[in-house]
Amino acid sequence: MLKIDGVPQLKDIEKILPPEEIRESKPYVVIECFQKIPCDPCHSACPTGAILPFENINDIPKVDYHKCTGCGICISMCPGLAIFVVDETRDGYDLISLPYEFLPLPEKDEKVKGLNRSGEPICNATVERVLKGKRKTRVITLKVPKGYAHKVRFFKRIE
Amino acid sequence: MNTEFLVIGGGPAGLSAGLKAAKYGVKVLIVDDGISLGGQLIKQTHKFFGSINQFASIRGIEIADKLIEQGKQNQNIRMMERTTVVGYYDDGSFIATRDDKSYVINAQRVLVATGAAERVVPFRNNDLPGVYGAGAVQTLMNLYGVLPGENVLMIGAGNIGLIVSYQLLQAGSKMVGVAEATSRCGGYWVHAAKLKRIGIPIWTNTTIVEALGDNKVRGARLAKVDKNFSPISGSEFEVACDTICLAVGLNPLVDLLWQAGCEMAYIPELGGDIPLRNEDMETTRRGFYVAGDAAAIEEATSAMLEGELVGLAVANSLGYKVPDYNKQRGRIISQLKELRGAEISQHIRKGIEKLKQTKNYA
Repeated sequence: MLKIDGVPQLKDIEKILPPEEIRESKPYVVIECFQKIPCDPCHSACPTGAILPFENINDIPKVDYHKCTGCGICISMCPGLAIFVVDETRDGYDLISLPYEFLPLPEKDEKVKGLNRSGEPICNATVERVLKGKRKTRVITLKVPKGYAHKVRFFKRIE
Repeated sequence: MNTEFLVIGGGPAGLSAGLKAAKYGVKVLIVDDGISLGGQLIKQTHKFFGSINQFASIRGIEIADKLIEQGKQNQNIRMMERTTVVGYYDDGSFIATRDDKSYVINAQRVLVATGAAERVVPFRNNDLPGVYGAGAVQTLMNLYGVLPGENVLMIGAGNIGLIVSYQLLQAGSKMVGVAEATSRCGGYWVHAAKLKRIGIPIWTNTTIVEALGDNKVRGARLAKVDKNFSPISGSEFEVACDTICLAVGLNPLVDLLWQAGCEMAYIPELGGDIPLRNEDMETTRRGFYVAGDAAAIEEATSAMLEGELVGLAVANSLGYKVPDYNKQRGRIISQLKELRGAEISQHIRKGIEKLKQTKNYA
């Protein structure tokens, strides 16, 4: 639970999701930042103005999903590693892009285990993309089974 | 040695104060007992929170590099690392030691920005090799490149415990788990979420009762605690680990301020005994300032702002021309206020309120 161990539950996530027509039409950002903390770099990281300006530095980020292109620049700028980009428009699979700060890096097409927000393996996944990102935080895009884009938040390499 | 402004402690608060004062012409000497200036910043490999107008999204180590470089470029600043200020004398002088030499330093203004000391928790065998403070773990790992252990148990789920756990994973250790005596993580939710999605357990309402092992740590016995933080009998469980890392809070390091006769108050919300001070961070002793964790256990962004505030006040009080003094001062004070505005900073606001109600508040 958020207040106990920082793990957002389905009801927390549902509150921040964009309307159906956005989800069906393009990749979009999911900002899993639910606590008022003094932090604002996501707003200025956004090239399209989709992450709205902060009135107070402790505000929780707000997104105008119509402006979001799912570019993912904010993923590696977020100090809390709390931003993800989800693409539910693909046939037969979903894409989830997440921040990654470990070495060695996984390779494209590598088979991995998708982990949920509690670190439990829930599906097989494939590394679709490894981007350099900004500020030394890499952005990894995983191909996951349809319906898993909002469940997978990390991955485990298969030894 | 004589200087106009002696800064004791070259962490985020001290460096910011020195840079600000030197900008207006003040001759500054910054001394620090570490092998490099930068304080805790040089161990901080994570990106900072806060405002993009300050240092948000930049890693602590990179902030330290920037500030130290600015200090080197400024002819008004002299920086001495590996230098420990060991005492203050009634005639107004400080004694500092470096290698086998000692120095007498006289200054017109002084900033004590000495940071904090780590707390420990009592448990059986807590002197076994393999029991570390989180600061030592960070120093070994991030400064010296030495992995302190392979299987680590973290005690404390405040920001330090959560962040150091994540850094240990990055360095290649396995995290056995994080034990937290209260009912919830005290650190930012996002830091806890980062560990959880990797699969690291966080045990709340749990404390360590014993380190296991004869000559070194081989494990730990943990127990659930009741409302009074007493272990509940029958709830004990054991984990295997070779390292126990304690991240159970900090106390302001204020010995020099006690010695200088500054008036102190015990304010638990701010970390314990802290010096009374006014809005410019000047203590009850004229010309003696405090900033950063020595003033209150907070974080580096507020330490840097407090440092800047002191630098401004010092330059102004020494008669150097600070053209937009009131405007700058007002801006920093309002930035501090905004930074402390959220629910998570409630204790800081409460502590500052208590401080203002203390007798002799300047």
